[in-house]
Amino acid sequence: MTAKLNQLSVRQQVMVLYTANSALDTGVIAWSFYDGTGKTVHMAGDQNDPPYRTGLDALLDGWRLIQASPLISHVSGDEFRTDYLKYEFFFEKMIEQVVQMEGL
Amino acid sequence: MPKPALLSSEQMAQFASRGFLMMEGVVPKRINDQFLNDIGKVPESEISDPMSYYGKVMGTSAIPVVNAGVPLSEAYPDENAITKMLALPKVAGAVKSLVGDAPSFDHHFLHMTFPPSFYEASSRPQASQHWHQDSTIDPRQAFDVQIMYFPHAVTAKMGGTRYLPGSHLRIVSEAAIGRYQNIKGQQFVTCKAGTLLFMHMGIWHGGGLNLSNKVRYMFKIRMCPTERQERLWDTSDLGNDHHEQRPIFWTGLKGKTNPIHEMLTTPEPWFEYDTGRLEYINRVLFWRYLLGDDSFDADYWLTRVENEYA
Repeated sequence: MTAKLNQLSVRQQVMVLYTANSALDTGVIAWSFYDGTGKTVHMAGDQNDPPYRTGLDALLDGWRLIQASPLISHVSGDEFRTDYLKYEFFFEKMIEQVVQMEGL
Repeated sequence: MPKPALLSSEQMAQFASRGFLMMEGVVPKRINDQFLNDIGKVPESEISDPMSYYGKVMGTSAIPVVNAGVPLSEAYPDENAITKMLALPKVAGAVKSLVGDAPSFDHHFLHMTFPPSFYEASSRPQASQHWHQDSTIDPRQAFDVQIMYFPHAVTAKMGGTRYLPGSHLRIVSEAAIGRYQNIKGQQFVTCKAGTLLFMHMGIWHGGGLNLSNKVRYMFKIRMCPTERQERLWDTSDLGNDHHEQRPIFWTGLKGKTNPIHEMLTTPEPWFEYDTGRLEYINRVLFWRYLLGDDSFDADYWLTRVENEYA
């Protein structure tokens, strides 16, 4: 027979901010959230206002920066080409939560 | 048949700059009603999930099955609602201005966005569609046009198509942009019945979340030019000052000048500081292509970097 056990576990929340240039203290132009706690669900087009004015504001609110897009040289002959949003910053928060585990 | 009402130069410049033109309520009720009657709707109470609804509609619809590459003028039967819609002078004029006299048919599709009740019995959660650019990587200067036809009124709750003005010149690979959720300046279609959105094929877009209690319909037709897209619109309004440069940055208190130059150099809220300037350059290059005139410039963006001596 198995029993359900409550256990403290850690889940990751990920926030991605896209800024107007490569500095973290410039304005946010696009953003995404992925919530590993399962408490909130986010999807395309669900918000019209950025969660933070700048990337620096996110740091001040406790988000940890885990990845920033590098600055890439422009390919000769293709300097005017534009494609993906250029300045991407991944942040995380680790959230403790009680989860139910199967136990003996 | 009434003469097509060609687009003006300002409308074309808006299309070149922002990648779309909206014609609010341009399709009359009789055509919208015919279209909605002909699409093969089945009572929503008889349907359990989105896929079976699609299947039933596709099986009974009067929307014809058409081979890609057929001339657009031959794609629909004479009495079909879409034939009537395409014959409206403003619609025929926009098509002629953008893709010429004899565009070919690429494909069409009836998009349906389902309310929450359709997902209750399904394991699939209801969600908006990811951002994407249609088809695949497309670096051409020639462009296809997609008409989005909204045959009934779309309220905010119905999750109208989301689109990003000014994104059409970004060369991306279809759903590779799905990671982005929200982008400053994103727009959501809310409109009267009979609204058309003419879109450059490169516009980033996605279906919204329908939180109403009705299925939302949007019919999309993609068409391709069969000629060079040069000066196909009504160019009679292009002023003699069209090539004239204006002061840049230090402009004094003078008001806005040439509206076309203004449109080509107006940023969108999501433009990065540096690539925003590249967007101006790409818009000017696109406008040169449409004009068939490589000497055109706005605010010296290209003249400056082309000032080279052998």
